[in-house]
Amino acid sequence: MADDRDLLPSEQPVQLLDETGSPVAGAALPFPDSERLLAAYTSLVIGRRVNDQASALVRQGRLAVYPSSHGQEACQTGAAMALAEGDWLFPTYRDTAAVVARGVDPVEVLTLLKGDWHAGYDPYAHRVAPQATPLATQLLHAVGVAHAARLRGEDTVVMALCGDGATSEGDFHEALNFAAVFKAPVVFFVQNNEYAISVPLARQTAAPSLAHKGVGYGMKGERVDGNDTPAVLAVLDRAMAAARAGEGPQLVEAHTYRMQPHTNADDASRYRSQEEVDPWEARDPLLRMETYLKRKRVLTKARIAQITEKAEAVAAAMREGIAKDTDPEPAELFAHVYSTPTPQLDEQAAFLADELSREGTN
Amino acid sequence: MATDSTKLSMAQALNQALRDAMTEDETVYVFGEDVGPLGGVFRITDGLTAEFGEDRCFDTPLAESGIVGMAVGMAMNGMRPVVEMQFDAFAYPAFEQIASHVAKTRNRTRGRVALPMVIRVPYAGGIGGVEHHCDSSEAYYAHTPGLTVVTPSTPADAYFLLREAIRSDDPVVFMEPKKLYWGKDEVDTSAPEPPIGRAVVRRPGTDATLIAYGPSVSTALEAAEIAQQEGRSLQVVDVRSLVPFDDATVCEAVRSTGRAVVVAEASGYASVASEIVARVTERCFHSLAAPVRRVTGFDIPFPPPKLERFQLPSVDRILDAVDDLQWEDQ
Repeated sequence: MADDRDLLPSEQPVQLLDETGSPVAGAALPFPDSERLLAAYTSLVIGRRVNDQASALVRQGRLAVYPSSHGQEACQTGAAMALAEGDWLFPTYRDTAAVVARGVDPVEVLTLLKGDWHAGYDPYAHRVAPQATPLATQLLHAVGVAHAARLRGEDTVVMALCGDGATSEGDFHEALNFAAVFKAPVVFFVQNNEYAISVPLARQTAAPSLAHKGVGYGMKGERVDGNDTPAVLAVLDRAMAAARAGEGPQLVEAHTYRMQPHTNADDASRYRSQEEVDPWEARDPLLRMETYLKRKRVLTKARIAQITEKAEAVAAAMREGIAKDTDPEPAELFAHVYSTPTPQLDEQAAFLADELSREGTN
Repeated sequence: MATDSTKLSMAQALNQALRDAMTEDETVYVFGEDVGPLGGVFRITDGLTAEFGEDRCFDTPLAESGIVGMAVGMAMNGMRPVVEMQFDAFAYPAFEQIASHVAKTRNRTRGRVALPMVIRVPYAGGIGGVEHHCDSSEAYYAHTPGLTVVTPSTPADAYFLLREAIRSDDPVVFMEPKKLYWGKDEVDTSAPEPPIGRAVVRRPGTDATLIAYGPSVSTALEAAEIAQQEGRSLQVVDVRSLVPFDDATVCEAVRSTGRAVVVAEASGYASVASEIVARVTERCFHSLAAPVRRVTGFDIPFPPPKLERFQLPSVDRILDAVDDLQWEDQ
C-alpha cells in the first residue's frame, strides 16, 4: 500500500512551460522531445480549427449545436497522444477535438450534432466510445472495458474523460471506486475548465482540488496546467504507464478554462465577466507552444505553412461533408433497437412505411 | 431414453442455469452484491465462486449504478456479464445506466455495439418483506425500448429463460418472482421451454382466459382449479416474455374463450396489465363477450408485511373478476 501522501497531487499544477513559453526550471518530469511536441503542435492547430469550423457550421445552421473545447486543445491533444493503438478513449460531448486527434473522421464525429443519428462512428474502429452526453456515466463503461481487458491479460489502458461538473455525479464516485477496488487500468482525466454551463467550480466542490479526490479511493491524483501541452503530455504519459504497469487507476486534473460559452445556445455574459476571461487569452495553449517551438527553431515559417494547410484541409473536408444532404432513412429507426426487430417493431415499421408511401402519392 | 429431469426449486434452477452457462461460455461473468462466497442473499449464485474462481463470480462495491455501468463496459469488450440487483427497489440507482445506456447503446451506434448482458432482478411481494424489498418494477423496464424483459413462473422456465437470456445478443432484464424461489418442480434440462417472445398456455380452459406472469401465474392456476370445482373452465396464459410480447398466443387464447382477466401484482395504473388489456381489446374486440378486466395491486406504495395480503391479487379477487364478465349476456 502506497503511503497516503504519495497519493496526493503536487501542491501546484505540474508545469513544464510557463505562460511566456519558457521552460520551467527544475521541473519534476522530463520534457517531451521536439518531434513529439511538433506532432502535438500540429494536433493543437487542427483541434483549434475543428473547434472553430464546427462553431461556424452551427452559425450557418448546419449543426444543431456545438460544445467547443476552444482553449482546451492541449488537453484534447494530450488525451489522444497518450494512447497506444490498443488503448481506448471514452470522450464526452466536449471532446470532439480529442476524438479527431485519435483518428476519427470529423464528419462522422459530428453526425450527432448534424442530427442524422446519435453516434456516427464505429467505436471499435479506433477504440473510441461514443461521445457521452449524460455526465459521468461513461466513466463506469471505461472501468468495465478496462476490467475485461485485464481479465484477458491484455495491456490495454482506458482514458476516460470528464469535466469538473461531472465530478459531482454519483457515477464519478462509483467509477473511481470500482476502478480502484478492481485495479482497473483507467486514467481518469478531468478537464477542469471552471464551469458546468453557468455554475462555477466552487459550487461543485469544497475539495482543495479535484485531484485530491483520488486519495479517497486510494488512487494517485495529479494536477497539471491544462494549457501547457508538454506538461499535459508528460503527466498523462506517466499516468498511462503506471496504469499499464498494473499500479491501478490514476486521476489527473487539468486546470484549464472554457473560453467560449457552453454552446452557441448559452449566454456566458449572464454569469461571468470579460475581465475574468481576458487573462486566459494570454495562457492560450497554441500561443505558448508556438512561442517555445519557434524559439527552439523547430517551428519554421515553412512548417507553419504546412500545418496551416493541413488544418485548412480538415476544415474544408468538414464543410464539404456536413454540407452533403444525407437524409437518414426512416426505416432505420426500427433496425437497431434489438438484434432482431420484435413483431411489434415490424408492425410499427410497416405502419410508417405505409404512411410514407401515401405521402409520396399525395 | 435418458432424461435430465430433476426436481429443483426455482432458486436451484437459476443456479444451475448460471453454472451451465459459465461452463459452456468462458465469457460469462457473474457479479453483484454478496454474490461471491455468500452465494447471494437468495443463494442463486451459490457455489459459483468456488467452482469458477473469483474472477468469474465476484462481489462488487455496494453500488448498483456501478455494477450495471461496469457490465456495460465489459459487454462492449467481449464479455457476457450477468449482474444481480439484490432487490427490486435497490435497482433504482442503476436506472440511468439501464435507460440511457443498456437500452440505447445498440441503437445509438447503429448496431455496431451490442450489449449482451443480463440484469437479474428479484422482484414482487408475497414473502412478507419490509419496505423496498417487494416492488413490482417491471413496467419501468418494459416501457424502455431496447430492453428485453422476461419473468419465469416455473423452475423449468427459469432455467431455460435464463440460459437464453445469457445467450441473447440483446440486454435482458430478468425479473425473478422471489415468492416462487423455493417451490420445487421437475426440470428437464434436455427438454427446452419455448423461446423468449412466446407466451404459453399453462392450463387449458374454455369459459374465460386468465392472463398472468411471474408471481401471479401460480395464483391464477389456483383460481382456475377452484373455478373448475365450481363448474367454470378457466384457461391460464403465462406471458413469460413481457418484451417482446406474444400478441399471437395471448389473442388466440382470448378469442377461444371470449372473456379475459389480466392478473398482475404491480399497481394497475400505467402498468403492464393495462398494456395487455389495451392490446387484447384492440385486437380481439369482436371476439369479446365482456370488457377485459384487471386484477392488480392498488395504486399505493407496497404495503408493510401485515397488510400485504390486501395488495396482492388473491384467488377470491380473480374469481370475483371472472364472475363480473357479463355471463348473463351469454
